[in-house]
Amino acid sequence: MYVASTRSGRPGASSTLRTAVPRTVVLLGTVSLLTDVSSEMVTAFLPVYLVFTLNMSYLQVGMLDAVYTGATSVLRMVGGYLSDKIGRHKAVAVAGYGLSAVTKLAFPAVGASAAGLSGVLAVDRAGKGLRTAPRDAMISLVTTKEKLGRSFGVHRMMDTIGALLGPLATYLVLTSLGTKPGPIFMISFCFAMLGLIVLVCFVRQPPKAEAVPSASRVSVKRSLALLREPGIARTSLAALMLGLVSIADVFVYLVLQSTTGVDPRLLPLMPLGTALVFLLAATPLGQLADKVGRWKVFFAGHVVLLGVYLLLLGPFGGLPLAACTLLLHGLFYAATDGVLMAHGATLVAPELRASGLAIVQTAQAVGRFTSSLLFGLLMTQLSMASAVLVAVVALAATLITVSALIRPAAGA
Amino acid sequence: MTAWFTRHRIVVGVVAMVLVLLGGVTYVVWTSQSQAAPGRGASTATGLLYVDHANGKDQVARLDPTGEVSFEDLRCQRVYTAAGTTICLRLAGPGPSYEAAVVNASGAVVRTVGLAGVPSRARVSASGQVVSWTVFVVGDSYSTPGGFSTRTGFVNLRTGAEMDSLEPFTVLVDGKAEKRADFNFWGMTVATDDRTFYATLGSADKAWLIRGDLVTRKAETVRPGAECPSLSPDQTRVAYKKRAGRLGQWELVVLDLKTGVETALPGSLGVDDQAAWLDNATLAYGKPASNGGSPTIYASAADGSGQPQVLVSNASSPSPPVP
Repeated sequence: MYVASTRSGRPGASSTLRTAVPRTVVLLGTVSLLTDVSSEMVTAFLPVYLVFTLNMSYLQVGMLDAVYTGATSVLRMVGGYLSDKIGRHKAVAVAGYGLSAVTKLAFPAVGASAAGLSGVLAVDRAGKGLRTAPRDAMISLVTTKEKLGRSFGVHRMMDTIGALLGPLATYLVLTSLGTKPGPIFMISFCFAMLGLIVLVCFVRQPPKAEAVPSASRVSVKRSLALLREPGIARTSLAALMLGLVSIADVFVYLVLQSTTGVDPRLLPLMPLGTALVFLLAATPLGQLADKVGRWKVFFAGHVVLLGVYLLLLGPFGGLPLAACTLLLHGLFYAATDGVLMAHGATLVAPELRASGLAIVQTAQAVGRFTSSLLFGLLMTQLSMASAVLVAVVALAATLITVSALIRPAAGA
Repeated sequence: MTAWFTRHRIVVGVVAMVLVLLGGVTYVVWTSQSQAAPGRGASTATGLLYVDHANGKDQVARLDPTGEVSFEDLRCQRVYTAAGTTICLRLAGPGPSYEAAVVNASGAVVRTVGLAGVPSRARVSASGQVVSWTVFVVGDSYSTPGGFSTRTGFVNLRTGAEMDSLEPFTVLVDGKAEKRADFNFWGMTVATDDRTFYATLGSADKAWLIRGDLVTRKAETVRPGAECPSLSPDQTRVAYKKRAGRLGQWELVVLDLKTGVETALPGSLGVDDQAAWLDNATLAYGKPASNGGSPTIYASAADGSGQPQVLVSNASSPSPPVP
């Protein structure tokens, strides 16, 4: 299946240096890096903002979240479809990044209103939903098929660098300027604007592959028909099923701290550990995926996740266990996050690329969201160890089912 | 226009980035210049210790009985003091991570304990020997449902006993021993015997007032729906927040432990705090501003007579003063 291959030698794709990553990928990586600094700054600040600055309970905002997550998945599909329909992925991505940038200025305006805060967070996430599919489609459109894993790996690496720098920036502002919210939101807004400017001024819309015959013009019907294509359908189903048995990060860290008994002050640092491994391993594992098969690496990533769960049962303890678990957890992300998109890109024709990727992303997101609800429910009934044991069994069973469902030949 | 942009997009991009950077730096420099001097508060019988929000430095401030405000040499997100012992929950490092610092009467830090999350509540027992705290643990994301929990820990300075969580405690829910992974504890208050305590237990969408023993590590539920208890100095009453209506806002209620009679404090609707007893007749609590500004500390008669009085604005974390 070669529908995905793109001619090299176009603007945005590297022609001179065979090994170089396409410039568009690096630029989109820069956009994501700057945007992630912006959003992770706010994520790191939000707890102290709500609890200390506004005197609110955290709970009040979290409650409306379920509704918005559903809305985000719908928007993801809309973003994907629109990009294909008008043939301008960049324009839709600009709208998505722009929407998130604006929310950074809206925080001070809504103050301590739970509904207002939830609304701002929802708009922020709507922007994220809107931009993800067109951005990933652009990455895939400027990359030759043999290099897809690496391109997505480089993009995710840059994205994660931003996610690491964000909390650091927040800490620096908190210690030097104090907890006044103005500077944090303003600096976060500036980073978001810088990302937006890079996107608007430096990133170029990948040109259309060739004149598309009118019979195959993009329509809702044709986009939805992707669901019936065996490659996309099976990949989405597998992503959904594996998403359903992936424990949300926050639970992984809570269980890990409790199992290892390490100093509680390490808890807020655990996501940084995962991110560090993720960013170091994203590119090499993407390259590996190009060589041995993207689906294989994606699947192997979930076997690594099974390793994470087994470690959560606490075969040994202390810092070594925490380090091993975070290492595997980071490898899981490096082997699955960009690699799934690289795999998905090989299954869809260029003119439907964004719609196709949106379907796969949505399937995974819906799976993960449902999983966090289910696991949360499990924790209300069982002890931690029993809940993790249930997750181990569920993941193992799903891995067996998925390996029977998807043959690597369906996409490579 | 489009053609012009295509030709000049690099220049436009660079100029725009420079403008954004200049604008951001100007704003940050300008806001950090404005140094608010300590304001004034209301005059009270006792005075008050609290955390100031006016200049963003989270400085601990002292409100004199006359209404005069002066800053202490301590920066905390939450503070409480009793019998010469002060607990200060504060920023500790990148992450950001937080710690509980125990400060003695001469201002020296005698102990620090790492915290698993964002400071929420802090208490010192009347003897100054047992310090306790509650933090919000939020993991890495605000977007994960169920991805929030609270954790309550304590240190007994006399015996050296230290726990960063009440999870190992044996808990009787309505008389039946239970252990669930989603048990959350928050808002601890310790009695004058330095071992009996009240706190809140939460599981799923329920919350209970619990009474327990720090030495035997046992606790039992006392009544549902009562959160962030605060024991009166004479040990006869507990003040807590309680939802007005099923999903309504919280209001402050004082429970008489002997008679079991609850008295709601008028004007406290919208409160989200662990109230502090300034003396046996007066409660102080912080309340968020509805317009998005900083919270305000109010004082209210503990018998429910009369409306709350503003003690000091741009302030949170009320505590009785250092004597």
